[in-house]
Amino acid sequence: MFGGRRAVLISAASTVVFFLALGLALYLSPGWDAVREDFFDWHAMRESFLGTDISPSIWSAFLLNVKMFLIAEPLILLLALIIAIVRQIPGPVFFPFRLVAVVYTDFFRGVPLILVVILLGFGLPGLRMTGVSNFSPVVYGVAALVLSYSAYVAEVYRAGIESVHPSQVAAARSLGLTRLQALRHVVVPQAVRRVIPPLLNDFISLQKDTALVGLLGVIEALKAAQIYSVQVFDYSSLIVAALLFIVITIPLARFTDRLIARGQLRRGGTVAR
Amino acid sequence: MRLRVLVAIVGVALLGAACATDSSTVTLPGGSDGSSDVCGKDSLNLVDPGMLTVGTDNPAFPPWVLKNDPASGEGYESAVAYEIADRLGFSKDEVAWVSVPFNKSYAPGPKDFDFDINQISVTPEREQAVTFSGSYYDVSQALIANEGTPIASATSVSQLGDYQFGAQIGTTSLQFITEVIQPADQAQVFDTTSDALTALKNGQIDGTVLDLPTASYSAGKGQVVVGQFESTGEHFGLLFEQDNPLVTCVNQVLDDMRAGGVLQDLEQKYLKGYLDVPTISST
Repeated sequence: MFGGRRAVLISAASTVVFFLALGLALYLSPGWDAVREDFFDWHAMRESFLGTDISPSIWSAFLLNVKMFLIAEPLILLLALIIAIVRQIPGPVFFPFRLVAVVYTDFFRGVPLILVVILLGFGLPGLRMTGVSNFSPVVYGVAALVLSYSAYVAEVYRAGIESVHPSQVAAARSLGLTRLQALRHVVVPQAVRRVIPPLLNDFISLQKDTALVGLLGVIEALKAAQIYSVQVFDYSSLIVAALLFIVITIPLARFTDRLIARGQLRRGGTVAR
Repeated sequence: MRLRVLVAIVGVALLGAACATDSSTVTLPGGSDGSSDVCGKDSLNLVDPGMLTVGTDNPAFPPWVLKNDPASGEGYESAVAYEIADRLGFSKDEVAWVSVPFNKSYAPGPKDFDFDINQISVTPEREQAVTFSGSYYDVSQALIANEGTPIASATSVSQLGDYQFGAQIGTTSLQFITEVIQPADQAQVFDTTSDALTALKNGQIDGTVLDLPTASYSAGKGQVVVGQFESTGEHFGLLFEQDNPLVTCVNQVLDDMRAGGVLQDLEQKYLKGYLDVPTISST
């Protein structure tokens, strides 16, 4: 370790003083007691987590969020890969397909996700078209997440594809592969491996955006927390929901850091600390 | 060098804590001698002395506020607020309106209004966080559904158990669905009443519950107010910051208005068309 024992002592002392000063500033502020009562009330946090007869359990509602992102993520990875590849298909006859891919990514990256949720969740059922208008709001919510996130993830894939050195394609072609075969067997596997950290990043983002499906009336974690909060005039339940989201995000974030570090090592650099 | 930076950061943090002044805006009533009229206009406890600041939602719906313009005095709540202001000694120009989303009205900390009038029902839970005036309207809940659907011919609460309901979050209407109707499927919970009504129109829910005047006003084309539920003693109150002494003066005024028939007159004027609806029995 750099610096040895002195460095460790200094960093420990610095940490203690820093958080002590921060805690003191909070504790001494005049509104602290009220905020503590209204945001960090332990009884309210436990009650809302487990559920009462006036509000659903945040824990069971959170399981719905988990279900939603577990269903959405593979669909997003698949749809985005299709869009990214379609955008790369060479040849003039495929121009309309490439155009659709470009328009798709521009559109769904431009429209805020919250609007997509509302338009799908309230608009499609309003059309009363058979086969499209009879689904539960969770289906519309997940569909909105998939459509919107695929646009972002498609761009991530595209960055990966374009980062593969053109000499790879040249080498593949000189071995007799067509451009499409080169894409399929040489470029895409390398590209996907390179962009796993940003893909994980988008996955983490998706986990939180499942909360937007609550707009459609679905009882997911944030909505359950709001139901409790608005009945008893206390915001502690929102802290509970926030903590649940953080708890699933942290392991994934640390895993992503490790993958990035490993990737850097593999490519011959040193790992930044 | 690094030690100096650390000391500077700590010093700033402690300075910040020490300099934080008490930001409470509760001012003591004026009047140097004890015999001054505690409810006189100049001795009232106001957020903006000389002006009566009233909060309501945006958008504010009819028949409570007409054309989303509380300052017009048109609409039951708008009219009640101006009547109270007048009896406290404020002219129409001395009333200011602020927009307060429902969820923000009970947030901790000082309020930026003197009272909030927004179809807020008085409940024991809410009374622990804020102070309410006496009733300015006794309310029944009502059921809206789409015309011609099976639920539209319901006549008692026991017939409602198998339908999909939805309502706005935090409302006593949602509470009514959960506690009185007790449907087999969990009700859907929307952020606004408009969303619930859209979901009803789209067939995503079978019925929604609203207070009777709002229900009658909001039932759109193809929708019908199936009936009103038997009253549970629910009533609307004006919302004040907790322990605001202003509520005593306002309660005196409300009592006078009730005794003098003023509230009934305003009901006749703004709510009459919306109240004639069959009753859904509780059995």
